[in-house]
Amino acid sequence: MSPSITHSSPVLADPRDGVAILEGNRTVAEQYGIPLAVLLEMTHRCPLQCGYCSNPVEMERASNELTTDEWKKVLTELAEIGVLQVHFSGGEPTVRKDLVELVQHASDVGLYSNLITSAVLLSKEKLEALADAGLSHIQISFQASDPVLANRIGGFRNGHARKLEAAGWAREVGLPLTVNAVMHRQNMHQLPEIIDMAVAMDADRIEVANVQYYGWALKNRASLMPSIEQIDEMTKVVEEAEARLKGILAIDFVIPDYYATRPKKCMGGWGRQFFNITPAGKILPCHAAETITDLNFESVRSNHSIAWIWQNSDAFNKYRGTGWMPEPCRSCAFKEQDYGGCRCQAFALTGSAGNTDPACSFSPLHDKIFKIAETEAAEGTNRYIYRNFAGGTLEPEENAHDA
Amino acid sequence: MNTAAAPAARRRMNVSEASVPTLARGAKLRFDESRQRWVLLVPERVMAPDDIAVEILQMCDGARAVAVIIDLLVEKYAAPREEIAADVIAMLQDLAESGFLVEAKS
Repeated sequence: MSPSITHSSPVLADPRDGVAILEGNRTVAEQYGIPLAVLLEMTHRCPLQCGYCSNPVEMERASNELTTDEWKKVLTELAEIGVLQVHFSGGEPTVRKDLVELVQHASDVGLYSNLITSAVLLSKEKLEALADAGLSHIQISFQASDPVLANRIGGFRNGHARKLEAAGWAREVGLPLTVNAVMHRQNMHQLPEIIDMAVAMDADRIEVANVQYYGWALKNRASLMPSIEQIDEMTKVVEEAEARLKGILAIDFVIPDYYATRPKKCMGGWGRQFFNITPAGKILPCHAAETITDLNFESVRSNHSIAWIWQNSDAFNKYRGTGWMPEPCRSCAFKEQDYGGCRCQAFALTGSAGNTDPACSFSPLHDKIFKIAETEAAEGTNRYIYRNFAGGTLEPEENAHDA
Repeated sequence: MNTAAAPAARRRMNVSEASVPTLARGAKLRFDESRQRWVLLVPERVMAPDDIAVEILQMCDGARAVAVIIDLLVEKYAAPREEIAADVIAMLQDLAESGFLVEAKS
């Protein structure tokens, strides 16, 4: 027996896996395999108001959300074309009254389902119903370890206590649990306690994810941006915890990229291995892609199949592969490693999604972005603009001093 | 802080020949028709076990002990028992530490 048989390797990270690439000479005549997992944004409604949310500032109203039957049709179609997992997300997916029914439908058509939730609306009965419907895993967000700070960040009274209670119930009904901790300047100092909290609640996994600056988070960047010293400290905390908690708590670490030199391989490359479906049924290459306002995204409500939209729609093909790249990407040795970084970030910071992501040190804008980050980390306001359908509400000044 | 040790003890499964392993609730071994291969579905990830790993995972049914699994593999593959045992235990220990494999309740 060779050593290689004793390991199962993750395939999600390998863009070539199950993927036939027919890359022409600077054309978009490429064929991509159907992603293994798809993110379903059931709704943009959410009782929390976190300023770091990556949802678009223009949120979808409830009246425009896909109906139960439309979501069921989507789930059936996803399973048929070879998707293996779905993430029920939002907004807050549990505001949908049909969630249990949709999880059951996902199970019926053979999909593995994850629930990505704030958990503040969950009861034990609801969790039992979800588990009975075949839910395979739950991910609960936490905003801090200290309830006062956590509730301030989420803009929701008593939310932290409800989350702890729901996490306990999730474990009681036997659901594997991931803690999602979005990290930023105002909560990074609590990371060691957040990790301890995850262990104490018997979580299997924690995602320590630095804020990615799209949508609401971009609007709130000045109140979220950490200092470079904080990032270094955070990396140490994560490394120490990984060693200490091996076999107890798995840690996934999403690093911030404003201080990086190489950009992230965002989404594994545009249109290569991921898509998501918005509350109104649009199919996007990334959950933040609607922030790119000059792209048109096709919908499951159109006459096209999901597979056709993935393969053929303009929005997916526009930034696929490397043929679209300008300099400095075009002649860069790393172009097939990072695919030019993040299109949404390029759009947000340069005005064109077709530019090199300024997180890359080869971008002409890199130094400027680095300076913005440093300045905002040192001088930015602590006041959040809370996410809501009214276009955002500035936090009262007296509350922002709690940090 | 030392809140850590107690609850997570369940995942400190020490795989030995006497263990009776089974897949954890969040781990599902499934044949992927569209890609024509076996996959192990776990929280927010898809793993690609190779043929022998699949064979071993199929035998982790909550009834067979690891020793029995090893014996079956020894019969099938012409390799020394110690070698096969070490490989199987290492693989299962890995999966147990990731939380994908648990001791079957007797």
